[in-house]
Formats: sequence, C-alpha cells, structure tokens
Amino acid sequence: MCNQSVGLIAGVIEKAGIATIGLSLLRMVTERVRPPRALFVPYPFGYPLGKPNDARLQHRIIRAALNLLESAEELPILQNFVAE
Amino acid sequence: MARLEDLTLTHRLFVANYPFRKVDWAPGARLAKPLAKSKLALISSAGVHLPGQNPFDLGFRGGDFSFRVIPNTFDVRRLKISQRSSDFDQTGARLDANLVFPLDRFRELVERGEIGELNHRHYSFMGSISAPGKLISHSAPRVAEMLRKDEVDAAFLVPA
Repeated sequence: MCNQSVGLIAGVIEKAGIATIGLSLLRMVTERVRPPRALFVPYPFGYPLGKPNDARLQHRIIRAALNLLESAEELPILQNFVAE
Repeated sequence: MARLEDLTLTHRLFVANYPFRKVDWAPGARLAKPLAKSKLALISSAGVHLPGQNPFDLGFRGGDFSFRVIPNTFDVRRLKISQRSSDFDQTGARLDANLVFPLDRFRELVERGEIGELNHRHYSFMGSISAPGKLISHSAPRVAEMLRKDEVDAAFLVPA
C-alpha cells in the first residue's frame, strides 16, 4: 500500500506542476498506479535506500533516481535500479 | 526488489484483487532548471514523525491519510516511526532513518553542489492506506499546495 500511496501522492503533486520522482519496492503495484517517474529498487519492504548506514549505496540509488528526474524521455519513466 | 511472495498470504490475496487507484497527472511536469539550481523536498510514506507530533493513527479505518511536516533542520536520528503495515520491517530504519528518509544524503548533495537547495520543510505520510480517497482529494493536494507556495522545483518520494 505504501507503493500505491507514493505513486498517488506523486501524481497529485505532478498535476500541480511540480516534477516528481519516487522509489518503488513493488513493481507490480507501481506499474498499475503509473506515477510519472519511478525507480524500482531491489530491496525488501522497509529498505528503500538499500542498507542502513551505507551512505555510498544510498547515494547511488538517489543519483539513479535523480537521473530519471532530469531525463527528457516521454513520461511515464519506470526503470530498474541496477545494483553492482 | 520486494516480491509479492514477501507479503503474508492475506496481503497477497488483498493485493491481487485490489482495485489500484490512479491519478491523471498528464502531461506531467519537467524540471524548469538544472538540479544544481533546483529546490527539492522529500516525501516519505514510512510514517516518520517528530517526537512532539501526534503519531499516525494506526487504528484509522482505511488508513490514516494525514501528514506531518518535518523541518529541514531536524536531526533524522531523533525521528520516530508509527506505521501500520506489518510488511514493513523497521529494523533497518531504526538503525539509520536515512534508509527511509534520506535527509542526510540530500544535505550532502547540496554541499557537493549537485542540488541547489532543500526546502525548509519536508512531508511524511503513513503509507499503509487501503482507502486512499481522502489522500487523493485532501492531504496530497494540501501538500502540493504547500510545495507550490514554497516554490519547490521537485519532490523526491520514498515508500517503505
């Protein structure tokens, strides 16, 4: 439900004219909610930024998500985060 | 990625039959300036809140659709979590709240000049909402309005 909520909030904010990017932990749910931009991360519920106290990994995930925010591709942009 | 199999059987059956909602956001918004000059705000659905704020109402039918404002200057180590979802394992987030609310990482991005600035406030929801009507009609638009008022350029959303 968290992934639906994030997708819906993103949609409402985007509609108000502000660009959004969201992480997603459950592709199946996010594909159905279809927010403007989402990065699917390969981690369990409760771990959207990967690992606790791993700033390097957290930065990689954020960077990958920000790349989608900057992308000029047609919306929606729904992509996988590729872990090393 | 979390898989459907990671959910309890009850939740899996629920998700399989659940009529997921959509918001018509077309045509979408684009960043009007480079990230290095943009103002960003964080939005979490992990149920984080300040020690002095009311926790989310975990007994609210359909899910508590309210939100909490998290000041940009707040120390993430002091954040509390109230979350209804039994699928959300809070072990990691209790060790490092940046796992669900990565404010320290975004401060580092500002220091490095990759992001222009962070808004003076961020937003927190408790994402376990099975009846999201009021989320769509009330609380999310209220947050969108506050983001516009603050002239935020982009929102970064994190589920849990």
